[in-house]
Amino acid sequence: MTVAQSVYKLTIPSSTRYLEDVRHFVELHALQADLNSAAVEQLKIAVDEACTNVIEHAYRGEGEHQIDIAVIIKPDRLTIRIRDEGDTFDVGEYEEPDIFEFARRHRKGGFGVHIMRRLMDQVEYRTKGKVNECCMTKYRNNSEQQV
Amino acid sequence: MSNFSVGFRSNGIVQVLDLKGELDAHTASELEAAIKKCQDDRQVQIVVNGENLMYISSAGLGVFMAYIEEVRECGGDIKIAALKPKVYNVFDLLGFPMLFDIMNTVSEAVDKFQQNGGENSQ
Repeated sequence: MTVAQSVYKLTIPSSTRYLEDVRHFVELHALQADLNSAAVEQLKIAVDEACTNVIEHAYRGEGEHQIDIAVIIKPDRLTIRIRDEGDTFDVGEYEEPDIFEFARRHRKGGFGVHIMRRLMDQVEYRTKGKVNECCMTKYRNNSEQQV
Repeated sequence: MSNFSVGFRSNGIVQVLDLKGELDAHTASELEAAIKKCQDDRQVQIVVNGENLMYISSAGLGVFMAYIEEVRECGGDIKIAALKPKVYNVFDLLGFPMLFDIMNTVSEAVDKFQQNGGENSQ
């Protein structure tokens, strides 16, 4: 059975200077898909966090690579798909943040995955050959939930 | 060009950092530089004014996390004020209200320093 969907794509260099562009790209299509303002803000943050992780970890801060972002809109959901060809993220090694411990250790980072999981209804990681893929989904019937 | 900036104001005792724009992994270094400047100037009673802060990601939150213990060990604090609700929600997602004073206005935050001498309220 074929499900109607719209797909919008953006490719950026692997540099944090393009995070604003990615947020605006997702915001534009989420608003056009009639998601409410709270859901749109959640999507912006989630895509920002995911792309930042690719830049800083998968590509180790190297700016000469590419990140492919797709916004996939279906009747009941919006999915953001991020693809890269950098180092693979081992979700099993991720440590959930403890704010007090992080402050004691002067830790600047490590909150991104936690935020993605809290804000999105579904977060999946997979690797096919050289390509790593992160898919984050927001379902329409849950999008009334405030951030 | 960065769409984020940090303004500096002081009443001689409390340093106010006026944040403007979007704070993400690209612009977080500007906030970090501002806090370091406060430390270098021995101005460790810091109020961060979020009235014009339109967006924050974990990179911005991480700067606060990285410096709070150092600032407190010097007898100061970083208090946060006037956050827009959508920005406050991101702070709340990570439990920041448990570690930081987050006030409705800059005046309240400045007054809090004067009430308890700059220590955090835990």
